Amino acid sequence: MDIVAKVLEKAAKEAEKYKPITVNKPLDLEYDLGNLITVDKNDLDHKRLREDNDNYLKELARDNTQLIINKIWQLPTEKVDEVYAVKLPPSTFALPREKRIPKPKALTKWQEYAKEKGIKKKKDKLVWDDVVQKWVPTYGYKRASVQRDKDWVLEVPQNADPYEDQFSKRVEEKKERVAKNELKRLRNLARSKNIKVPNIGLLPVENPSSTHLNIASHLAKTSTASLGKFQPKLPKEKPDAKPPSMIKKRKADSQVYNPGLEKKAHMSIVDNILNKKPKLDVEKAVNTELYNQDQERSEEKKTQKKGGKKRTTFQQSKRKGGGKGNKFKGEGGKKKSAFGGASGGKMKAKKSGPKSAGKGQRIHKPKGRKRR
Amino acid sequence: MPVLQRVVKPTTRRGKKVLLKREPKLIENTKHTIFLKGRKTSELLSHFLKDVYSLKKLHSTILNRKNDYLPFEDVIPIEYLLKKQDSSLFIFASNSKKRPNNVILGRTYDFHLLDMIEVGVESYRGLCDFQTEKVMLGTKPILHFIGDFETSAELSTLKSLLVDMFCGERNLNAIALAGIEHVLTFTSDTKEGKIQVKSYRIMLKKSGENTPRIELEEIGPAFDLVVRRSKIASEDLMKIACRTPHELKAKPKKNIVKNKLGTTLGRVHIKAQRINRLQTRKMKGLRKTPEERKAERLQRNKRSA
Repeated sequence: MDIVAKVLEKAAKEAEKYKPITVNKPLDLEYDLGNLITVDKNDLDHKRLREDNDNYLKELARDNTQLIINKIWQLPTEKVDEVYAVKLPPSTFALPREKRIPKPKALTKWQEYAKEKGIKKKKDKLVWDDVVQKWVPTYGYKRASVQRDKDWVLEVPQNADPYEDQFSKRVEEKKERVAKNELKRLRNLARSKNIKVPNIGLLPVENPSSTHLNIASHLAKTSTASLGKFQPKLPKEKPDAKPPSMIKKRKADSQVYNPGLEKKAHMSIVDNILNKKPKLDVEKAVNTELYNQDQERSEEKKTQKKGGKKRTTFQQSKRKGGGKGNKFKGEGGKKKSAFGGASGGKMKAKKSGPKSAGKGQRIHKPKGRKRR
Repeated sequence: MPVLQRVVKPTTRRGKKVLLKREPKLIENTKHTIFLKGRKTSELLSHFLKDVYSLKKLHSTILNRKNDYLPFEDVIPIEYLLKKQDSSLFIFASNSKKRPNNVILGRTYDFHLLDMIEVGVESYRGLCDFQTEKVMLGTKPILHFIGDFETSAELSTLKSLLVDMFCGERNLNAIALAGIEHVLTFTSDTKEGKIQVKSYRIMLKKSGENTPRIELEEIGPAFDLVVRRSKIASEDLMKIACRTPHELKAKPKKNIVKNKLGTTLGRVHIKAQRINRLQTRKMKGLRKTPEERKAERLQRNKRSA
C-alpha cells in the first residue's frame, strides 16, 4: 500500500508540473481533419474582444488548436523517412474545382476499330537484325539512323527506270506517308470535336487500280458547276463508280426479317391507296371550267340560230378577227391553242389582215373553224 | 461549315509537359494564386501583399506592375492573366478615396470568374512588426473559424474563399507531425462587422502524455477585414464547380457486413462443383474395355451429328 500511495503521489506531482491538454467548450467544434480546419460556433465574449483583444483571441486560438491537435494525434501514424506522419482522412469541406472534370479522350478511328475487333498489336521495341548483326529498334529513337546504316545501297527493282534515284524516291514516299498520317490526325481531331470537314477525295497511290481510276474519273466528272450533269459519257464507263464515302449503304433492317416492320410497310402502302385524296390542280380545274362554260354558251347560240339564219354568217366572220367571244379562249390548254393558232393563222392571212396575224393567233379555237 | 482551327502539336518535350500540367485532372494541383496591384496602392497594401505572398509563396505569383483594372466592372483582363499564369485565385489590391485599402479576393472555375469579395484592410500589422521566429515555407496551416460565418451569403462565401486561399497543399494523404506549426484564425465579430485575422506559430510542450500541450506565439501578419462589395456565384454554377468526379467517389462494398460485436462477415459465392468428373483413384479393374470405349465413342459421335 505504501508503495502504491508513493507512486500515485509521484504521478500527481509530475502531472502538476505540466499544464493540462483538455479544453472545455460549451459547443463542440466542427473538424475537417483532411484540410486541418475547425469551425467554432461558440458565442464570443464581446467585452473581452474589445478590451483585451490580442490575449483573448490568442487564448481562443490556443484552445482550438489544442483540440484539433488532440484529434490529429489520435490518427494512425506511420514512419516515413524517420519522420512520424499521420494519415489524414479525406477532406469534408466542399471546395470548388479549378477546372472542369476531364472527359475521357476520344478514340481515333483506328483505335475504335481495333477495340471493336479486339485487335492488340504489340510491336517489339528491339529486334535482332541479321544484316547489321545488332539489336535494332523497330520504331522511335535511333531507328532512322540504323535504317540509314543498313540501306547504304538499294536494289533497283525489275522493270524500273534504271536512272531513277531510289533514295530520293524513298524520301518522297516517306513524306507522302507523313502527310497522310497528319491528315488522319486532323480528321480524328475534327471527329472528336464534332466538326464537319470536307471529303478528302482520293489520295494518290503508287499503282492505281481500275476501281481507283474509276472513282477518280467520277470525281473529276462531278467536279463541275452543274455536278457533272452535262458531262459526256465515256465509252465503257461504269455507272456507279463512286468513292466509298459517297455510296449509300443499305440499312440492316431491310435485310433482316422483321414481321412488325414488314406489316407496317405494307399497311402504309394499302392506306396510301385506300385513303387517296384527289389532288387539286388549279390550272387544270380552271381550264375545264372555262371549257364547259364555252360549250354551254355555244349550245345557247345554236338554239338562238334556229330563229334567224341569215344574220349568223355575218356574226361569224366578225368573230374570227378577235371579237368579244374570244375573251376566255386565250387561256386554253397549250396543245389546243397551238393547234388552233397554226390553222387559224393561215385563214387569217387571207381574211383579217396583219393585225391579228402574229401572236394573237393563239386565241383562235378549232371550234370556230369547224363551224365554217 | 466551321473552319477547322489549326491544331499545333507541342514541338518540344518540355512544351508538352507544360501543356499536360495545365490540362484538367481528376485530382487537381494545388490552386495557384496571383497577387495584383490596381491603379494605386498604399504603403499598407503593398506590405499586405508582400506578407500574404510570403505566407503562400510556393503556390503564388506576385505581379509588380500597376494594373488599370476594375474587377467589379470588368473582370476579363484578370481572367486572362489567371489563364496565362495557370492559376485560379487572385488577390487584387487598390487604394482610392472612396475605398481606402481595398483588397479583392476572388477565384475562377474553368477560367471564368466564380466569385469575388471586396474587403477593406484595417489595423494592419505586418510580419516584421512581430520580432519572432517565423514558420517554415510551405507548411500546411491549421485554420480556425471562430464566430458566425453562416448568417449571410457573403460571410459563407468569404469563408470558402479564405479556406481556398490559405489551406495550403491540397490532397495530402499524410502529414508529418513536426510539420504542423502554423495556425491562422479568422474571427468574425458581427457586432463590429469585422473579421479579425491572426497568425500564430505552434510550440509543442511536454504534457506528461503522448499528446503535447500547445502554446502559441503570434508571428503576424494581423489585420481586420471589412466586407464591401461582393459577387457571389449562382447556386447552379457552384454545384457544378463542386462536383466530385465519378471515378473518385467511393464505391459501396458488396457482401460485407459488420455485426454488432464488430466482426466482419462476408458472403462468398462459389460455382457448382462438378463432382462426377472428379478424378478418383485409378485401378486396373475399373479401366474400360476396348468395346466399352468404342460404344462410348459411337454415342458421342451420334450426339454431335
